[in-house]
Amino acid sequence: MTTSTATSTTATPTTRAPQRIDPSAAVARTTSRSSLQATWVQVLAMAWRALKKMRRKPEQFFDVLIQPLLFTAMFAFIFGGAISGSVSNYLPVLIPGILAQTALTVCMATGVQLREDMDKGVFDRFKSLPIARIAPLAGPMIADLIRYGIASVLTVVTGLLIGYRPGGGVLGCVGGVALTVIAGWSLAWIFTWLGTMARSAQSVQGISMMIMFPLTFLSNAFVPADTLPGWLEAFVKVNPVSHVVSAVRDLLNDGAVTAEVGWAVIGCAIVVAVFAPLAVRSYSRKM
Amino acid sequence: MADLSAVRADSLVKNFGDFRAVDGIDLHVRQGEIFGVLGPNGAGKTTMLRMLATLLPIDGGHAEIFGVDVRREPHRIRQLVGVTGQYASVDEDLTARENLWLFARLQGLTSTRAKTIAGDLLERFGLQEAANRPLSQFSGGMRRRLDLASSLITRPPLIFLDEPTTGLDPRTRGQMWDTIRELVTDGSTILLTTQYLDEADQLAGRVAVIDRGRKVAEDTPDALKTQVGDSTLQLRLADGADTALAADVVRRLLGEDPVLTPESGRMNIPLPDPDRAADVLIGLREAGLGISSVSVAKPTLDEVFLALTGHGADEPQMEAAR
Repeated sequence: MTTSTATSTTATPTTRAPQRIDPSAAVARTTSRSSLQATWVQVLAMAWRALKKMRRKPEQFFDVLIQPLLFTAMFAFIFGGAISGSVSNYLPVLIPGILAQTALTVCMATGVQLREDMDKGVFDRFKSLPIARIAPLAGPMIADLIRYGIASVLTVVTGLLIGYRPGGGVLGCVGGVALTVIAGWSLAWIFTWLGTMARSAQSVQGISMMIMFPLTFLSNAFVPADTLPGWLEAFVKVNPVSHVVSAVRDLLNDGAVTAEVGWAVIGCAIVVAVFAPLAVRSYSRKM
Repeated sequence: MADLSAVRADSLVKNFGDFRAVDGIDLHVRQGEIFGVLGPNGAGKTTMLRMLATLLPIDGGHAEIFGVDVRREPHRIRQLVGVTGQYASVDEDLTARENLWLFARLQGLTSTRAKTIAGDLLERFGLQEAANRPLSQFSGGMRRRLDLASSLITRPPLIFLDEPTTGLDPRTRGQMWDTIRELVTDGSTILLTTQYLDEADQLAGRVAVIDRGRKVAEDTPDALKTQVGDSTLQLRLADGADTALAADVVRRLLGEDPVLTPESGRMNIPLPDPDRAADVLIGLREAGLGISSVSVAKPTLDEVFLALTGHGADEPQMEAAR
């Protein structure tokens, strides 16, 4: 009996056309949300897309390449004597500061580029696909880890070239760079959120500048906080960038994993916990 | 799943500020049909489609696709609907193959499977040769084909086509139509918007005419055209032929006055029935009148609009132009 059915099925003419689409089967197959594993695959696919774009538009690496070289050298020779007595004394203060500033600049680019990207037709398709809403946001941010990495390494190397000798040694440097990358990635969620809210890429750029300058200059990135007037010192002390800078200093200069490092990591975690959901919500509502 | 409707929408509403873009549209698309939504620019066609595709929030009314609530279960809807937009929504910075691979991967296909499907679709849509070229070198038709291919990766049972042939040349348009017909043979249901009556006529089994956010008619294309009336027989008489005599002949045969342009020897004759065209031609020959050119014009969307709404399809644009 079984053999006869088998032969009868093989005997039916096989067409190249695939099976007819069955709507009720398709409905039965649907799921109400993407599983965690599926979401991860989607995030990676979006990261792959961002990497492809980076490779095809290398000009977007300009900020990543120029700023560490230019700012490190410029700030060291201009402020070095005035603030710390000499360039070599200033470098241990400056390099962690520049690291934080560079990370913030790259963050800003993340928000601006996301906004530009979202105006393109392909985002309509992303929205129409059954994918987790976080994937189009998190994908590019994973690819951006490369940019944070390049920027931080370049900053440290420039410092080494003009005479910086980090007391923390190789491990300290690796730790400092790693913390910078983590901090940059976490803070980028703020700018991603801005990117999903703002009307145009230009407005993202404008708003980001207004956030970035106070955050970096009203911190201990370039000058010791105790030289500032009291009210300013109070702000500088709560500024999260100050904590990141102090933590990176501890790692680079002393190779020490201090409480500051812990605070910086906790601060980053809080930023992600607050702004990632905000960004996803604003992105899903934008459609 | 006894209900055989693919789309069931009741009094859909969408507001943009004070402007009501979609104003209580009912839509009922049966499984396996091609349903056309016909209307001019700005009538609310795209907005309606975007609401049904979960790309825009629904402000009022209720919509179901294969029995799944659009507002409550957007993720399920996205698994059932393939959307192909008016403007090709593919990634300009990737190649055709990379686009298809990415969309397949996002929908949970393994990397190998995604590669196979991308290859198959490129072949089916005649894009193999251009597969690895940047999209900036693609023609409008190629982009549109890639866009459609991208919507078919998971073989969704319902496909939205938003003005699939706007801006395409006639040959590419014909190819697109063939592809769309094939999709229905595979078992898909298609909801398509268009500005062209002939496109709706060619493809759709039923058509809804949308104007200013409201549905003004729903019927088969043939019935719509009959409602509008008639085709027009356009004649140009040979030099020196007597236009007055020709008009008499027409009046006698059809009982209607032709529209005359005597200087150029042109006549436009409304035909209650296309069959009568032959009568007119024979009548003219018997009267000894020569004809230098002849054509039968079908009713245009503009005429359908005029008949259904009392105003032309592109009236707002004309006002703006003045």
